[in-house]
This record gives sequence, structure tokens and C-alpha cells, in this order.
Amino acid sequence: MNILVCVKQVPDTNEIKIDPDTNTLIRDGVPSIVNPFDGYALEAAARIKDNAPDTKIVVLSMGPQQAETALCECLAIAADKAYLVTDRAFGGSDTLATSYILSKAIEKVEELENEKFDAVFCGKQAIDGDTAQVGPELAEHLGYPQVTCALEVKSEADGLHVYREAEDGKEVIGVKTPCLITFTKPSFDPRFPTIKRKIAARKAKIAQLTAAELTSIDPAHAGLKGSPTKVKRTYVPPRKEAGVVVKEETVEASAHKLFDLLSKAHVI
Amino acid sequence: MPNYLKVTPEIIAELEKAAPGRVVTGADVNPDYSKDEMPIYGVRMPDVSIDAQSTEEVSAIMKICYEHDIPVTTRGAGTGLVGGCTPICGGVVICTMRMNRILSYDLENFAVTVQPGVLLQQLAEDALKHGCMYPPDPGEKMATLGGNVATNAGGMRAVKYGCTRDYVRAMTVVLPNGEITRFGGTVSKTSSGYSLVNLMIGSEGTLGIITELTLKLIPAPQATVSLMAPFEDLAACISVVPKFFMKHYQPQALEFFEKEILVSSEQYLGKQVFPRKIEGTDIGAYLLITFDGNSMEELDPIVESASEMLLEEGALDVLVADTPPKLKDIWAARSSFLEGIEEQTKLLDECDVVVPVNKIAPYVEFVDEAKKNYDFEVKYFGHAGDGNLHIYECSTDMDREEFKKQVREFLDSIYRKTMEFGGQISGEHGIGLGKVHYLEEAAGSVNMGLMLGIKKVFDPKLILNPGKVCMKL
Ligand SMILES: Cc1cc2nc3c(=O)[nH]c(=O)nc-3n(C[C@H](O)[C@H](O)[C@H](O)COP(=O)(O)OP(=O)(O)OC[C@H]3O[C@@H](n4cnc5c(N)ncnc54)[C@H](O)[C@@H]3O)c2cc1C
Ligand SMILES: Cc1cc2nc3c(=O)[nH]c(=O)nc-3n(C[C@H](O)[C@H](O)[C@H](O)COP(=O)(O)OP(=O)(O)OC[C@H]3O[C@@H](n4cnc5c(N)ncnc54)[C@H](O)[C@@H]3O)c2cc1C
Repeated sequence: MNILVCVKQVPDTNEIKIDPDTNTLIRDGVPSIVNPFDGYALEAAARIKDNAPDTKIVVLSMGPQQAETALCECLAIAADKAYLVTDRAFGGSDTLATSYILSKAIEKVEELENEKFDAVFCGKQAIDGDTAQVGPELAEHLGYPQVTCALEVKSEADGLHVYREAEDGKEVIGVKTPCLITFTKPSFDPRFPTIKRKIAARKAKIAQLTAAELTSIDPAHAGLKGSPTKVKRTYVPPRKEAGVVVKEETVEASAHKLFDLLSKAHVI
Repeated sequence: MPNYLKVTPEIIAELEKAAPGRVVTGADVNPDYSKDEMPIYGVRMPDVSIDAQSTEEVSAIMKICYEHDIPVTTRGAGTGLVGGCTPICGGVVICTMRMNRILSYDLENFAVTVQPGVLLQQLAEDALKHGCMYPPDPGEKMATLGGNVATNAGGMRAVKYGCTRDYVRAMTVVLPNGEITRFGGTVSKTSSGYSLVNLMIGSEGTLGIITELTLKLIPAPQATVSLMAPFEDLAACISVVPKFFMKHYQPQALEFFEKEILVSSEQYLGKQVFPRKIEGTDIGAYLLITFDGNSMEELDPIVESASEMLLEEGALDVLVADTPPKLKDIWAARSSFLEGIEEQTKLLDECDVVVPVNKIAPYVEFVDEAKKNYDFEVKYFGHAGDGNLHIYECSTDMDREEFKKQVREFLDSIYRKTMEFGGQISGEHGIGLGKVHYLEEAAGSVNMGLMLGIKKVFDPKLILNPGKVCMKL
């Protein structure tokens, strides 16, 4: 099986600071990490490979040159090969343009690797942009069926079985390949890179794809000019307070407790 | 035991004048003030507790207690592991937690001046904002710096940077009679008479009360990498430790632990971080190593060479943590060992021996053999890099007195082994209330006499933290 994982390099949100005047992220001096959800996507691919060692995992990122470090990290963790899409012409892309460029880049990678991908894995969302649009848009560009918010994936004879987070539990969805899956946070962490992979990754050359190679891209749909989204204002959403879970010994006791809480809050 | 007097309403009125509004008495005293993290050594409520706010206030309180022969125990955050801040003779507890201000930085001399109630975590984070690191790194980040200095706390980074002692430049001390004095200076060397500042460090609140500290900082390292090396068993894991020194790798931290203790800590955290198997082989023990330096480029060759050595010495693999989330995860699991144990056990005792690094393996072997004679469970982990082992005796179903009796016997035997190997009975937690009789045996009557003599010079009425370190009740 061949899996392509899309990864974005993002600032470490533990250290995120917002410029109070402009309300935008301060990126200077903030360390960059692999978008955590993309780490889960990579781990899901690695788990498939654990059971089927001939699985090939390719990682793809679009971003400035420094995104190479994110790709190196993926190589050290589990990826077999990495591609970086980078070109000034693509800078300033919104999600539509990003997903369009990525779809064309995937076609190019398939051509270079002389193989088709059975599945494209994405994170549910990037923790900086936070739109959760690129995955679904990419599926549309590629014409693939998509499953979002996956926790785990198993490769079975009839396609992929996707364990998915739903409102009230887990659901399992079967999907035929090729398909696109976006991943959310499962109960486990991505594995640690081993020193051997780490050394190999450090020495690996990361293939670059620029506009010159990606000739099928229509410049009118890429970069700042090709982005229909106009950002009017960015702001930090107010923090949502954690909800209260009422869980007493019996249903009755829970109902009483809820009644108490609601009365105290003067809601009823 | 000296003849301590009762705290009368008149004395309370005097204290109230010294610390208005903060003198708490009788049943209103916070029950936490009767113990630290090791209640097994004894619990007693003080008659009075005072959350002090300044040096002058501590001085005024001490003058009153000195005059009236009232025992006084100083308390930081109460995270100690030897009953050090337990007011075993009652009397007054002075808590320093409200003296929690970082007063000033002297960045040209890499020094910071703090009140004693500043928490380790508070200083560590604040110093980083100034581009500095405060190297001592004991597991409990919510302990006070006053407590850290009073116990000469060690921690994970001691193997490269030393213990708290190495980072204390100067301090303000209130003596038992209420006199205020200052020890040390903001200089990097001194040969000016007896080192009173060093006498205070590790004195566990028995000589004076520290009310201000000037601590040394270092420039914060720019790059950090941790390695996790799983081994099939503990013996293989421990035997590589001396090689780190022979090869001059200078790790910042070097910790070992067995799988069982990791499992309970991960259960406590609700998250599995470490693998349990490598390519089908069950992991028995782990070595955790951190390197720090000015850049990744500087660290890469060290990491590679150390990894090669580890693999040659039988590590099943070497896993790398060099991103902020991975570093956080890996050390969170290590830092929660004690909480993990505490959650799963009712009766708990511990010891904190230190042996020469090349003796860890035979020592652990001895402990494994010795524990077979007892009904409690024994769990241990250690700062492998400095030969410091934390050995926990745990039981959920034994009778309390029986537990204490058996533990005493077990500790007697392993402390004897410690001395035989040229070790010490406490590496970093101190003597406090719980280890006095063991210290007596280990130090011998001449050295105990010297310690008690020093104690009497500082505290002729023996009112400060009675029953601790060298003063038997
Ligand atoms: C030169 C250059 C500079 C760039 N600079 C920035 C910048 O400063 N800030 C910024 O936010 N973006 C930058 N981008 C990337 C691009 O504009 C964004 O990635 C895009 O808008 C994604 O939106 P989002 O963060 O809401 O993603 P979401 O829709 O939330 O992401 C969902 C998932 O889609 C995938 N994905 C998203 N973006 C990428 C990507 N770039 N590469 C591979 N997979 C991806 C991941 O799997 C991710 O988990 C740059 C691109 C280039 C070429
Ligand atoms: C989970 C956990 C992990 C730990 N890990 C480590 C570790 O890795 N290394 C290590 O060394 N210790 C460790 N400890 C032990 C403990 O955190 C240290 O001993 C710490 O230094 C105690 O600080 P405290 O503020 O809690 O002091 P307390 O427990 O309040 O007091 C400890 C002693 O210091 C005296 N004292 C406190 N403040 C002053 C003052 N201002 N002036 C004079 N005397 C004072 C007290 O009288 C008492 O004798 C750990 C404890 C826990 C619970």
C-alpha cells in the first residue's frame, strides 16, 4: 500500500503569543513543530506499515524552505520519502489555493515515484490556520471519497476501515481506495524516532518541487493572487469554558444534581 | 529533650502584634501543616501557624518564641520526604509560602535574589525569560527555593550541574534568637573564614530561617536532546552508566528505571509515552539521558556516539526526543514516579541512598535479594548518573506497625550495605525526622557530636525544628 501524508509546519502553540496591536501571531523566536494532527496521521500510516512492512509512506509539505526540518522529523519517525513544495509564487495561498497546489503536487509525486497512492492522509486541521479546510478540499480536487476526524485506520481486504470520532462514541466507516482521510487526536502519541532513522533523515536529501516542476498548476489559482479568500480581520476566539459533566451513581441522583446546578445558576 | 513551654494566650497576643491578622491557632490551623509528604514518620498539629511576610516579621516571631522557649518549625511547600517540616514538638509553624517574590536579577553577575517562598517552577520559568537557567531540577517543581536550599535538593540535572549547594551565593538568615544576619556574597569564590552559608545549606531548618536568597544562574543552553534507551533487563541498563563518564559525554541527566514503575506513572498520567516492546522483545528497564549545549550541531555528534555506545552495550534501540512536545512527554512520565506510587499504595516509606556510580549494579542486586524477606513491595528508580537511588517500600494491606517494623529491619540492612560501599544514607532528601537514628549509626558518635555542637552554637535553647537531623528527642 502507498500512503501520502500531508504535513504542515506550524509554530508551537504552547508558546504562541499574539501581537496585541495587530492581533496576529508573533512567529519570531517561536519554535516550529510538525502540526500535531499531521503527526497523528503519520502515526496512523506507520501503524499500517507495522502490519504490512511493504507499505510506502511519502510525506508532502508546502511552505517556506525551513519546512524541511518538519519533513526531516517525519523521515526520522516513519516516512520513507519526503517532498517539499516551495515557491514564492505559492506564498500567501489560502486553503483553496493550497489544496489545489497540493493536488497537483500529488500527481507530480505519483509520476516521479512511478506509483499511485492508495490513500492520502491529512491532519484534521492545522493548529495555526485552524480552518480544517485543506483536507476536504484536497479530496474534492483529487476526486477521492473522504472520511474526516479519524482516530485509527485498519487496512482490510475490502478497503480501509476508519475508526472515527463521533458525537456519542466511535463509528467505523469502510472506504474504498483511493481515498483521503483526515485525523484527529487518538489516545496514543506518535512514536519516537529511532537514532538510526534520525541519522539517516539528517543525511537525506529532500526533493523540492517548485513552480518550474509543477507545470500543470494554473498560476491564476495559486498564491496570493489565486486566493479568493479575503481576510478582513483576524482575532483570537474567546476561550470556551470547559463544560460540567454530571455523573452521579444513579440517573436519579444525576438529575437532582443537575437540577441543583441549574437552580444555583438561576437558569431554572 | 528541652523543657518547652506552652503557647499561652499572652504569647499569642504578642505574636499577633508581630504578624497582624496571620496568627492562626488550634483547630483553625491548616491540617497540612502537621506533616509533609511522608506522614509515616509522625504527624503533629502545631499550636500556632503563621504565614510570614518579611524578614523583620520572622525576626520578631523568633524573638518572642526564643524568650518563651516555644519550639518553632519552618515550612516551605511541605513536599519534603523525611518529615523535615513536621512540627513534632508542636509549638509554632512559620510558613514561607507568602514570601514568594523574585526580587531582582543581576544579569552581569548571573545572579538572582528571591524570597524563600518562591517556587522552583516559578524561578525556572522566569529565569528562562531572562535567557538564564537555574540548573537545580529536583522532581517536585512546586517546592520552595528555601526548602530546596535547606535540604540541598538535587534532582535530574545534578549529574552535570551539581546540587542546590552549587547555586547559592548568599542568604539572609534569622537566627533562633531573632537576630538577622547575612551569609555569603555575590562573588564566585571565597576563602573568608568558615563557610556559614554552606553550613546553612542542607541544615533542614535546624540552624536558622532563610528569609532571602541570592542564587546563581547560568546562560540557558540553546539545544536539548533526550535519548531513551530500552533494555531487556535492569542489570544491562545500569552497567552502561559508568561508560558515560569514561567517554566524557557529560549528560545533563542520566536516569534509570524499571518497567513497573513507569507503568504506574503512566497510569497516573493517563497516557502511554514509552514503548513496552522493541521488535518483539519485552523491555525490562529504561535509561533516560539528556544532553544540552549551544546548538544541535554541537550535540549531534555526541548523541550519535553515545547512541552507538548504547547499542553496543545491549540497548534494544535508542529513541530520540528533540522536539518540545516529545521532551515534555518523556520527562512528564519520569517526573510523576512518586505520584504514581503514592496513588497505588497506602503505607509508604522511602530511602534515598547514594553509592559510587560503579557500585549501583551490585547494590541493586543486593536490594533485590534483601526485599525477598519482607511482605511489602519494593520499587526503585534513580539518578543513575550520580549513584543516587530512591527506594520505596510500599504496602496496601499490611498492618501499620508491622510495616514499620519490617521496613526498619530492611532499611537497616540496606543502609549497612550503603556504608560498606562507601555511600551515604541520603543523597538529596535529607535526614529530617525519619532518618535520625540511621544517621546516628552511619555518622558515628564523634561526627554526631560535632553536628550537635554546631546546632547548639546557632540554637542554644534547641527551639528550632527539634527532633531533626542530629537532635534526637
Ligand atoms: C512560501 C510559502 C509560505 C507560507 N507561509 C505560510 C504562513 O506564514 N502561515 C500559514 O499559515 N501558511 C503558510 N503557507 C501555507 C499555506 O498557505 C497554508 O498551509 C494553508 O493556507 C493551510 O490552511 P490551514 O492552516 O487553515 O490548514 P487546515 O485546513 O487547517 O489544514 C488541514 C490539513 O491539511 C494539510 N495541510 C494544510 N496546509 C498544508 C501545507 N502547507 N502543506 C501540506 N499539508 C498541508 C495538513 O495535513 C493539515 O493538517 C505558506 C506556503 C508557502 C508556499
Ligand atoms: C514528587 C516529589 C519529587 C521529589 N523529587 C525530589 C528530587 O528529585 N530531588 C530532591 O532533592 N528532592 C525531591 N523531593 C523532595 C522535596 O521536594 C525537597 O526536599 C524540597 O527541597 C522540599 O522543599 P519544600 O519547600 O517542600 O520544603 P518543606 O518540605 O516545607 O521543608 C523541608 C525542610 O526544609 C526546611 N525549610 C523550608 N524552608 C526553609 C527556610 N526558608 N529556612 C530554613 N529551613 C527551611 C524545613 O524546616 C524542612 O526541614 C521530591 C518530593 C516530591 C513530593
